[in-house]
Amino acid sequence: MPRKTYIAAVQEALAEEMRRDPQVLLIGEDVRIGVFAGTRGLHAEFGDKRVIDTPISELAVAGAGIGAAVTGLRPVVDLMFGTFMFLAFDQIANQAGAMRYMYGGQTNVPVVFMTQNGAGSSAGHHHSQSVHQFFMNMPQIKVVLPSTPYDVKGLLKSAIRDENPVIFLNSLSLGGKRGAVPDEEYLVPLGVADIKRAGNDVSICAVGSAVYTALSAANALAKEGIDAEVIDLRTLSPWDSDAVLESVRKTGRFVAVDESFPTCSAASEWAATVAERAFHDLKAPVQRVNNKDVPVPFSPVLEKAVLPSAEDVIAAVRRTLE
Amino acid sequence: MDHRDIPIDVILDIYTRILRIRRFEEEVGKLFRQGQLPGFVHLYIGEEAVAAGVCAALTDEDTIISTHRGHGHVIAKGGDIKRMMAELFGKASGYCKGKGGSMHIADFDIGMLGACGIVGGGIPVAVGAGLSAWYSASERVSLCFFGDGAANEGSFHESLNLASALNLPVIFVCENNQYGEFTPASRAMNIEDIAARAAGYGIPGIIADGSDALEMYRIATAAVQRARAGQGPTLIEAKTHRSGGHAEGEEAFLAGQQYRGEAELAQARAKDPLRLLHTYVAEKDLIPADQLESLDEGITRALREAVAFARESPLPEVDSIYDDLWL
Ligand SMILES: Cc1ncc(C[n+]2csc(CCOP(=O)(O)OP(=O)(O)O)c2C)c(N)n1
Ligand SMILES: [Mg+2]
Repeated sequence: MPRKTYIAAVQEALAEEMRRDPQVLLIGEDVRIGVFAGTRGLHAEFGDKRVIDTPISELAVAGAGIGAAVTGLRPVVDLMFGTFMFLAFDQIANQAGAMRYMYGGQTNVPVVFMTQNGAGSSAGHHHSQSVHQFFMNMPQIKVVLPSTPYDVKGLLKSAIRDENPVIFLNSLSLGGKRGAVPDEEYLVPLGVADIKRAGNDVSICAVGSAVYTALSAANALAKEGIDAEVIDLRTLSPWDSDAVLESVRKTGRFVAVDESFPTCSAASEWAATVAERAFHDLKAPVQRVNNKDVPVPFSPVLEKAVLPSAEDVIAAVRRTLE
Repeated sequence: MDHRDIPIDVILDIYTRILRIRRFEEEVGKLFRQGQLPGFVHLYIGEEAVAAGVCAALTDEDTIISTHRGHGHVIAKGGDIKRMMAELFGKASGYCKGKGGSMHIADFDIGMLGACGIVGGGIPVAVGAGLSAWYSASERVSLCFFGDGAANEGSFHESLNLASALNLPVIFVCENNQYGEFTPASRAMNIEDIAARAAGYGIPGIIADGSDALEMYRIATAAVQRARAGQGPTLIEAKTHRSGGHAEGEEAFLAGQQYRGEAELAQARAKDPLRLLHTYVAEKDLIPADQLESLDEGITRALREAVAFARESPLPEVDSIYDDLWL
């Protein structure tokens, strides 16, 4: 199977969906140039009408995506960095995340808001926050955060075909990551987890770049004979609680690894669900591994220190084994 | 241009600010290319006359707010290049103890309320600084810099209207370098002059030649007087250009794509604000050439010291991630 980068897989998914469905279009700041390469080359193929560079006006652009979606198009709105979503928050929360329900099912809102999530570029707080957890708090919004080139392509294609608003988050730090991506068409369904490493002693759940933190912890633990299972949720909302509960019933131990601020994080939700629904299968208290509870600092030494590390995960696993 | 009414010491002061910014940015560009600086840096080369002319019209009590392209604003307001450089290196001795970086330098002691990585993010905050000046019946004015791209954010429009409705001492300085990243302003708005937007909010909108530092000074001085006299906000649009890229190292992510022609770039560089002011000063024989030369030498020396200071400064302690969280 050919090996491609994560961001090249994003580009392939967009190109394939735009070829397949003339209602799909791309709108956002500098999508022609493609600051993160995910949208690069699409303007040459699809032209001005379907690859639309916009002014720096996130609120209006997000809202325009919603308006176009409720009138028959399937827009992909590119918001570049996760934190720029905050400027579009009103339209996403108050419009996209409510319209179908609030208007009694009269419409669907097939719009994708795509951005880069998380830290890793040492650019300071305004370019380094994770935002997935904010959108998990909205009932009518789907949230996707893939970790591999294979997943990002298959999930983005599914997101574009989905009838609901989807926040599609590319992991900022994984853009150059390579992995197997078939040339043949495939889809990865939203809402289905993937076991990235099978194991029997402890269940470690993660998304996005945190999957690699979990995997490196699992590899280190394997050397001591501790056999960790790593579950990549891939979709955060709706999330595959069945897969997680099944794993926990097997291992009896649960560690949630999530690159976001601890309070009301994705990890909080997973941990609460496991405690609620698999309490009697647990041999130890659930553990959460998050960012340190501070804004993301600029200096690389500090940035690294606030993000969850493999050592943090190993320590959390040890706590479940005490 | 004719600026006979501007005293020589003010001209020399403005010239010094421009030169200090230019040399600082040249050094930062070099350090970035050598891979010594983490993160992104957006240089201000070509636009120096705006910050220098405008900040020369302010007192130390007046406040400014800046952007992602903020080094020039900090220096023009009187910032310390040692602490700036240390911040760019991510060192504990930097302005923000290594927590801010290039896009987040602040010096509250000199009224520099912060650079900002969010386009348009500083504009509403500047209205608040104007509110507090008005509330405390202070002479202070609040000024903010932002780009042509930022003028398309809701924050710009809401802020102009709010400042106008409350008649606050706020000066909005739009640095129209004709690009937001790689998109020309001509594709992002259907007007030539952002200053025209002021009319929609009932405030003056003034167009200035952003490569003419003395014109910037004169126009800013008038806006400051208006604000201090309780006559409310002004929008100044400085027509300017950046002579380099949007961000250093952008060739890597442009991957061969072009967004600005060589001819346009050459035209822009021909309006170099440092050279223009230098020529003006020389032609009018205002400041002796050897004085300008030794000024340059002094700045170059100070920069060398700043880089050495930044290099030799320790990295922040990892435990410092919890400092400055709560008071
Ligand atoms: C809210 C927001 N949207 C997008 C960006 C990405 N971005 C960084 S600088 C920039 C261009 C800003 O253009 P302009 O305001 O004209 O300032 P200039 O860079 O030309 O000085 C963009 C789009 C951002 N930092 N913040
Ligand atoms: Mg600009």
